[in-house]
Parts: sequence; C-alpha cells; structure tokens
Amino acid sequence: MSETTEKTYKRSHEPVFWGLFGAGGMLTAFLTPVMILITGILIPLGIINSQNFSYEKIHGFATTWYGAAVIFILVALPLWHTLHRIFHALHDIGINRGRDWQQVICYGFAFAGSVFVFTLLLQML
Amino acid sequence: MSELMIEIDVLRYRPEMDEKPFTQMFEVPYTPDMSILEALQYIKDHLDSTISFRWSCRMAICGSCGMMVNGVPKLGCKAFLRDYYPKKVSLEPLTNFPIERDLVVVMDDFIKKLEEVKPYIIPEKEKCLSEGTYLQTPEQAAKFKQFSMCINCGLCYAACPQYALDNKFTGPAALALLARYNRDSRDGGEAQRMKIVNQEEGVWGCTFVGYCSVVCPKDVDPAAAIQLLKVESSKDYLIGMFKPE
Repeated sequence: MSETTEKTYKRSHEPVFWGLFGAGGMLTAFLTPVMILITGILIPLGIINSQNFSYEKIHGFATTWYGAAVIFILVALPLWHTLHRIFHALHDIGINRGRDWQQVICYGFAFAGSVFVFTLLLQML
Repeated sequence: MSELMIEIDVLRYRPEMDEKPFTQMFEVPYTPDMSILEALQYIKDHLDSTISFRWSCRMAICGSCGMMVNGVPKLGCKAFLRDYYPKKVSLEPLTNFPIERDLVVVMDDFIKKLEEVKPYIIPEKEKCLSEGTYLQTPEQAAKFKQFSMCINCGLCYAACPQYALDNKFTGPAALALLARYNRDSRDGGEAQRMKIVNQEEGVWGCTFVGYCSVVCPKDVDPAAAIQLLKVESSKDYLIGMFKPE
C-alpha cells in the first residue's frame, strides 16, 4: 500500500459484447433444441405436417414485420454469441498475436452477418 | 499385523540446492481419519525434517495449507487420505504461484490484489461516535455474508485458467471480497471500486469457467460474485454513456 498516486483505471467496452453474448446464449440454449426437434425430428417423422413449413408458409412469415423481427433476432444474436465465444477461446488456447485484429474480424463478422440478414429481410418486406 | 501404508509424492524445491523442482516419495502409515496435512506432519516428524509447508489451524479457518492434491487445489487439512487410499497421493505447491520452497508459494501478487480492491468499509460520510452504531437488518447482512466467508487460501487462484494465462486479472477471491464490500449497506465506496471492476483486468477478465467456486473450501462462490459484478458493471457502463465523467 505504498503507492501514493491513485492508479488510472481504463473502462472496458466488454459490457456491450457481453450483453449480446448473454442474449444470444439464452436464445441458443432455449430455442436451438426446439428448432432441431421440429425441423430435424418431428417433421421427418411426419409428426408435424411438412406443409406447415413449406416455402410459401415460411416466406409468408418472413415477409411480415413480426416474422422478420423474429428471424433477425434468431440469426443475429446467436451469431454475436458464437463469435464472442470464439474471440475469447482464441485467447484461452494461447493465440495472443494481433488481439485487435482478432476482435475486428470476430465482431466484424457478427456485425456484417447481422447487417446482411437485416437488409435481406427488409428488402423482402 | 503389518501397518497399512500409503505412498505420498511431494514436489520438493529448495532454491539454495536444487536447480529445479523434483518429486520425492514418502511412505506414511495410513489411517482413515488422517488428513493430508497430518501426513505431511508425519513426514516432517519422522521421515524428513527439511520438508517445508505452511499450516496453522488444522480446521479450514486459517487458509494456510492450500496445495495441489493430485492436481486439484485443496486445503491439506480438509482433504483426507481415505479418499485416495490405496492409490498414491501426489502433493504439489499451488499452481499459478511461484514456488518459494517445497510446498510453500509466494503469495505477494494475491495479497497485493486483495489490498487493491479497497477491502474495508468506506463510509458515505464520517459519523461521530456519539451518533451511535451503523445499524443493519438481517436482510442487508445476508446480501454480503456469503462473500465475506473467504479465508484467503488462494485455491481459487490456483483453479482459475484466466489468472494462469494472464496474472493481471484481479482474480476470484479479490473480486468476491470487492463484491462483499460493495454489497454492504454500511459502505459508500462503490463508485471507487467500480473503477476496478470495470477494467479488462477487473471482472471482464473472467470467462465464467466456474472452477474457482468448485474448489472453494468455504463455499464463497466467487464465480457468482463476479457474474453479479458483471451485471453491475454493465449498468455502470450504460449510465456512463449518458453521464460521462
């Protein structure tokens, strides 16, 4: 406790990415198993009529504003979750060269993916 | 009747004689109620008096006898030979700390971190003795009690993979202690401590592996303290966006 001057503290911007990571993680944990159950098991087994998931039905859903919103959230948030996890995993396995570039590439990809889906849905409306 | 024996490997390092640490094997008479610490005391009394290890209370209060038991951070006094017998036990100094001698580690960095988080009550305003005591309801006390049970044994630092990768990280025990004071209704130092929390080396160095809480011998659950502080730090970040200092 010999320091006489107060240390300077640098605030991390992690809360932004942690927030997106957390939200995406919730969605991934709760909804991905349900989606796999429906599209991977229940429809192939014929328990759910595949006509409910025909191109026309899904297109109709995606071109409503609430459908577009649901799809956007379902794609974008898990994307941010995944890339945040990859970014931290790179540090965990000892790849520490160019952390700035790793950050730009990881979050840049998530951002680009989100913008892409958003634009795609918007021009379908 | 021959005595039951258990083999104990101890990592030895005497800086004045050994170039690098080496393993020495001891055979110790086994009884089911014998702790690892008692086994070490047996070795020191009967087999090799030069062996060094820290201990004091023998009852998981002092936090001195932390060591790696078969690669897992444990208190020597709270781990028992019966959980390993008849297999051998390997004892090593706490990982992530420099070795001082044999099972004794240098804890300076950990102690410095404990000091850095301002682990004392910082009153909102100084109160005169004549104004009486600070009152606290059981509910207010319950908010921080769990995080105040830490005995500074350092097991969580030995368990933390993030501290292993980068020891600038404030680490589990210090952050749990920080949470303990921030959550205390008598304390007014939250703003000062949040600056520590908000840093990359603060809570954001944690990736919630959770092993710190698994190895904690006092059920402090430092991982929970850190995740709660992440929420606080996120709120602080939002407020900071609209109210720059």
